[in-house]
Amino acid sequence: MNSPALSSRHFRATKFDFGSFFFTGLTGLATLCILGILAVILFNIVAAGLPAISWRFISTIPKKDFFEPATTGVLPMILGTSIRVIVMTLFVIPIGVITAIYLTEYAPNLSPVTRVIRAAVNNLAGVPSIVFGLFGVGFFINFIGQGMDRALGHESVVWGQPALLWASLTLAVMTLPVVIVATEESLKAIPMGLREGSLALGATKLQTILRVVLPQALPGIMTGGILAISRAAGEVAPILLTGVAYYMADLPTKLSDQFMDLGYHVFVLSTQSPDIEKTRPITFATVLVLLVLTFALNFVAIIIRARVRKKLRALG
Amino acid sequence: MSDTVLQKIEMPSGEPASGKATPAATPFIEVEKLNLHYGAAHALKDISLGMKERVVTAFIGPSGCGKSTLLRCLNRMNDLIDGVRIGGSMRIGGHDIYAKDVDVIELRKRVGMVFQKSNPFPKSIYDNVAYGLRIQGMKSGGELDAAVEQSLQSAALWDEVKDRLHTSALGLSGGQQQRLCIARAIAVKPEIILMDEPASALDPIATSRIEDLILELKKDFTIVIVTHNMQQAARISDDTAFFYLGELIEFASTKKIFTNPTNKRTEDYVTGRFG
Repeated sequence: MNSPALSSRHFRATKFDFGSFFFTGLTGLATLCILGILAVILFNIVAAGLPAISWRFISTIPKKDFFEPATTGVLPMILGTSIRVIVMTLFVIPIGVITAIYLTEYAPNLSPVTRVIRAAVNNLAGVPSIVFGLFGVGFFINFIGQGMDRALGHESVVWGQPALLWASLTLAVMTLPVVIVATEESLKAIPMGLREGSLALGATKLQTILRVVLPQALPGIMTGGILAISRAAGEVAPILLTGVAYYMADLPTKLSDQFMDLGYHVFVLSTQSPDIEKTRPITFATVLVLLVLTFALNFVAIIIRARVRKKLRALG
Repeated sequence: MSDTVLQKIEMPSGEPASGKATPAATPFIEVEKLNLHYGAAHALKDISLGMKERVVTAFIGPSGCGKSTLLRCLNRMNDLIDGVRIGGSMRIGGHDIYAKDVDVIELRKRVGMVFQKSNPFPKSIYDNVAYGLRIQGMKSGGELDAAVEQSLQSAALWDEVKDRLHTSALGLSGGQQQRLCIARAIAVKPEIILMDEPASALDPIATSRIEDLILELKKDFTIVIVTHNMQQAARISDDTAFFYLGELIEFASTKKIFTNPTNKRTEDYVTGRFG
């Protein structure tokens, strides 16, 4: 089959592939831009914030004048932000996972009800965060909190005011879509054959979900948790009206206490200070602490996920 | 083994009510005028046949003929699929398995299944076999250990895995995984084992081991197997049903189907002229 036309062909490029060259360059440039912006932000924060960081800064409960760089500290804010993120996680993971299980394992796929729920979840993700704050005031504080006070017969207001619990719950509602979507994706990725194998052995649907499906979905669920933590740690708007305090002399001890928060404190330092220039180093230092705390919370979750994955693979 | 949960009630003697030719003797599994619709598609049309106890019945036919669908009716696996409607009746040991008061979980304990694609759980070999017993409430201990060993012995897998029972089942070869799935199925002591092309993804050596195993298992279990492999059906089955486009074309002893089929289409199929 050695036709002359074929054998006379050669493989040398005859013309320059401009489109390919241009597009490769474009994608590289875009990536470089993002990396550049990230580097500038991080460099700025570290350069301006690091000098003000000290053990005293991290471990001090500040006096009323927390604008004074020499004496102030951020311990209450570190605690406040950590606790609200952890409490939020305790609520959002179970509720989100159970919702995702309903949607993927139980809800009839084509029914209008399922479609409405899915649309609602997706729309929830698009709601501005301040709206969640307003929702938190209306629903958690005024409705549930005041209702609890009435039901428990409290003389003074205990639950019907901004509190750590309400701020955490508001954040949980805000991050619910993230957890639901991540869990749904990981449930859908589990082969139907595994479910059938379990059911064919006489397992109930619940047994199948608890013993075969959920253990496999655990890493995916934890990814949802990690995303939720990342999103929630730096949010200020939802907690503005539902729990954060401008200043508290004492650390919060109960879920009905208000709390100080790193993100909100950054806002306070940069807008309420009598001498912005003087306060600047501790503003940046507070931002740096917030970043490190967010990374640390994520890091813990990532470590746990890695261990779960390893265990799944070993047993697996 | 068949008198565990549903006591066998008196069986109709002689020919069952169905008009189709049935191999003699009393059928253990009776299918009568079974129709299955999947959405608008009429996937099984007026299927009637009777399968005997402790016998291997093979379902053969070209892809899409409905043989797997019929198999999955026997443990009501089709219940999981939206839009499936089933008419007619299907009885096991005289009991209508589609009756309203049937406990599907109980049915599936008595009618085990081995799938085309081996689907061991991502757990240890031991935990795979123990799974069905644990969900029935058996606690870890000597009894469970003994049941796991016996099931693995019966599935001709024990000698290969006895030193690594607590390692991942996913580390086994394809053929071993499929025998593990068989061990898992027989651990719960079913009466019937359904096999949906259990060897279609295996090499010839692994396939022949599965076939040997099926011949061994038939002493204790009623086996219904779907296969694309005509030689396999000829080698291991006692009765064979040939399906085509959702209809049961011919059902007879395997010997008759392969040597002297009544229907022209059966003959064309088993001799490889179409399919």
